[in-house]
Amino acid sequence: MAVRVRVPTPLRRFTGGKDEVPAEGASIRLVLEDLERLHPGIRERLLDDKGEIRRFVNIYLNGDDIRFLESLNSKVKDGDDISIVPAIAGGR
Amino acid sequence: MAKTSKHLLDEARKEIKQIDIDEARRLLEVGAVIIDVRESDEWRQGHIPQAIGIPRGFLEIRVEEKVPDRKTLVIMQCASGTRSAYASRVMRELGYENVHNLLGGFNAWKDRGLPWEADRQFTQDELTRYSRHFVIPEVGEKGQAKLLDSKVLLLGAGALGSPVALYLAAAGVGTLGLVDFDVVDLSNLQRQIIHTVDRVGMPKTESAQKQIAAMNPGIKVIRHDVRLTSENVMEIIMPYDVIVNCGDNFPTRYLINDACVFSKKPLVDGAIFRFEGNATVFYPDKGGPCYRCLYPEPAPPDMAPSCAEAGVLGALPGLIGSIEALEAIKLLLGRGHPLIGKMIYFDSLSDRDYVRVLKIRKDPNCPVCSEHGTQKGLIDYEAFCGLGPSANGATASSSDHVASAAAR
Repeated sequence: MAVRVRVPTPLRRFTGGKDEVPAEGASIRLVLEDLERLHPGIRERLLDDKGEIRRFVNIYLNGDDIRFLESLNSKVKDGDDISIVPAIAGGR
Repeated sequence: MAKTSKHLLDEARKEIKQIDIDEARRLLEVGAVIIDVRESDEWRQGHIPQAIGIPRGFLEIRVEEKVPDRKTLVIMQCASGTRSAYASRVMRELGYENVHNLLGGFNAWKDRGLPWEADRQFTQDELTRYSRHFVIPEVGEKGQAKLLDSKVLLLGAGALGSPVALYLAAAGVGTLGLVDFDVVDLSNLQRQIIHTVDRVGMPKTESAQKQIAAMNPGIKVIRHDVRLTSENVMEIIMPYDVIVNCGDNFPTRYLINDACVFSKKPLVDGAIFRFEGNATVFYPDKGGPCYRCLYPEPAPPDMAPSCAEAGVLGALPGLIGSIEALEAIKLLLGRGHPLIGKMIYFDSLSDRDYVRVLKIRKDPNCPVCSEHGTQKGLIDYEAFCGLGPSANGATASSSDHVASAAAR
């Protein structure tokens, strides 16, 4: 499955500054693995040592938080829209 | 031969059913609407609570919008029953079939000791200043009165706090509380549009207060030149109707979230990072998620650079702060749908969607806002964010860093 992954500003140094990158995989987990293959270093920012999604990062599949779907096992299909949205604190 | 006004009045009285107060009350109980045709200044000084106010001169223009069904039971009312008699005839000409005229009008109603209410008395200056609000049906004089009686607390008088404070003050939100213990620095002025060069070195709350006074002297500003802590937060937020988060660090974000959950107050939230930002409303008391539902744990300091470290563009907080101001105003007016359970996410560099709306959900196991939440009180938020003295390996300097940034 070919999907587009929206990369937030703090992680764009892993994607050569790109705000959106293609990736492949049948589930979110596989898409993230593909993402790591293409952009080494990015996975560590998204997943913890146990391979779970870090609790200050949310991943949205077509606008829906995957924690309320099937988390990393959520199935994806061609053309799906995946957004990575980490907590940001700025305001001053 | 031309008619005299007495002729006209007699004709009107003959054509239209004249009713007394008792009959009017009976009709109101069975669903009649009452239209008060007096002038705005008379209306403001007192009117029947359920009456619809349409000054005589605007009757033909506005009545169809307010009372679309021509079969509605209608009672026309003025001060004594004379103007409303003429107005009743117009209603008949417009095709309203069940028109009645209230004899004795508002004066008789009031003399009987029946309930009436007075709207806020606006000064001439306020009438002019808020005239663009008065013509918006969702605001009007009632809404403006609500805004003027409202109290909003801004957490931070910096990049987000500047546009929020300016727009809320301009809109006539009567009391603005500002929490910030920082002073104005020249490097702030690239984006913190409430401050000025001649106020560099001044406390930010004082500088903001001066700017607000220069624009709208009717607004009361309450300065809280303190660092928000678990000890003082509940007392500070207590008097306010809405809290707007304009802070810039995780400990304060979790602190204010938890304090708002425990005190059942709406928290308008916004955050920025370079060209990117988001805004939402946390209001678990109305069924929505809280910040903990969205992000159960904070990012460790090395994975979340602050604005000072990462930089921030001036126009971006303008955008996010304006959304926060708008959401606060909507909450105060009770109009429309607040951004509860939805996050507006701006990525202004994106080639595709500049703006995305993400669904955010209440976590049924949230430690703070769920029914069986395990955390019942405020905690040590610096330790929680890996920054405080009780956190492993944290140094005094990292704690100080947060302390100095906490309220900006």
